[in-house]
Amino acid sequence: MSFITRGFSGRNRERDPRLPPGQTKVEDWPVLSAGPTPKISTDDWSFTVTTETGAQTHWSWDELRALGIEDITVDIHCVTHWSKLEMPWRGVPIDKILAGIPTHAKYVMAHSYGGYTTNVPLDELLNGQAWVAFEADGAPLDPEHGGPARLLVPHLYFWKSAKWVNGLTLMDSNDPGFWEQAGYNLHGDPWKEERYW
Amino acid sequence: MSGPAAVEPLESRRTAWYTGTVVEARPETGSARRLVLEVPDWPGNDAGQHLDVRLTAPDGYQAQRSYSIASAGPGSRVELAVDELPDGEVSPFLVEDVMIGDKLELHGPLGGYFVWMPQSVTHDPRPVQLIAGGSGVVPFLAMVRAHAEAGDPTPFRLLYAVRKPDDVFYRQELAQLAANGLQVDYVYSRTAPHDWPVPAGRITKEALAGFVIPASEKPRVYLCGSTGFVELIAGWLIELGHAAGDIRTERFGGK
Repeated sequence: MSFITRGFSGRNRERDPRLPPGQTKVEDWPVLSAGPTPKISTDDWSFTVTTETGAQTHWSWDELRALGIEDITVDIHCVTHWSKLEMPWRGVPIDKILAGIPTHAKYVMAHSYGGYTTNVPLDELLNGQAWVAFEADGAPLDPEHGGPARLLVPHLYFWKSAKWVNGLTLMDSNDPGFWEQAGYNLHGDPWKEERYW
Repeated sequence: MSGPAAVEPLESRRTAWYTGTVVEARPETGSARRLVLEVPDWPGNDAGQHLDVRLTAPDGYQAQRSYSIASAGPGSRVELAVDELPDGEVSPFLVEDVMIGDKLELHGPLGGYFVWMPQSVTHDPRPVQLIAGGSGVVPFLAMVRAHAEAGDPTPFRLLYAVRKPDDVFYRQELAQLAANGLQVDYVYSRTAPHDWPVPAGRITKEALAGFVIPASEKPRVYLCGSTGFVELIAGWLIELGHAAGDIRTERFGGK
């Protein structure tokens, strides 16, 4: 149903094939958060996985990092139409966190300091698709960007990459998280423009 | 848990693509423009929601951006106030090129958290503190209008930080609302009006404490502005005793 907008020609004419539809490349890094930025010391930080039976596993900051840190370079895409390309990150893959945790669940709710939640299918967090990340652009994550640690799920819109993440809860049903309850898509694939429902 | 876990029930307003026709366009400040769109099928929007504008060039190239809506409620008129970004692509078009009669593609209404609803819906009698930096005042126009329109008894106070007097959006309407009881406070960071009692300067935590409803009254706080402004003010609000879960933020720009 799109129509040509009278008088519009566009300024950033080069279309980068790495940009999903409706996205614009940015060089800075916009900040979007629903509330104030929590300030969390790594001394107090902990991470908890809760299975569908209620069994819990906890890690301290050092314990989680000891699982093995990877360097990755990924493109990230925010539902508010900006993308950052070729961004270097460091973090622990979710594969290493969930290894050895028995589950039949198909979905995960990520939880954060401050109360934020977001839902992701379990199979989209595994096989090198997601991390608990501590560094971006060669420096520790700023609190505004989710530091000390955020979820990194670069193949989905970035509201799925929960800032200040402190746990994953495995669940049988695909319950909606914070933005998903407020009108955002349950899944959030930027290449399909799964922005809102 | 303190935090943004509780989402208020929304009236069902279907998010969809709509076509709006520009029916009014006028300068808002030296760098911003007010646009009123007639959107025949618009489902209405809650105060504080936003929409996406999509522009399409003759060769199919498209650009999309999000803008806060300055209007609220049912009806087919949707009002935006767009500030031009110097290196922008969509905002310069909307501020300089769009003419009355032009049609724009709109996707919305969007956002279910940074919204205000009347006490008749929320049953929450706590006062509301709005804090805007620059063009961050736009969603608050929707809120103060909806508040006035509903005759809502919730105490409202608006703190509006700008660089200079010419940067104030909706000056006349805010003055009118202030005359009718809305408490509005201005802070000028670079140039103050000539008769202003204090020199221009960046806001301080002490000044902020005097301009907002005290934490002891447990106000619901809405804060909108640039990332730097929101980070600064939100941090001070926490230090002044406001609960993180009572502060809703909307930021624009990078860090």
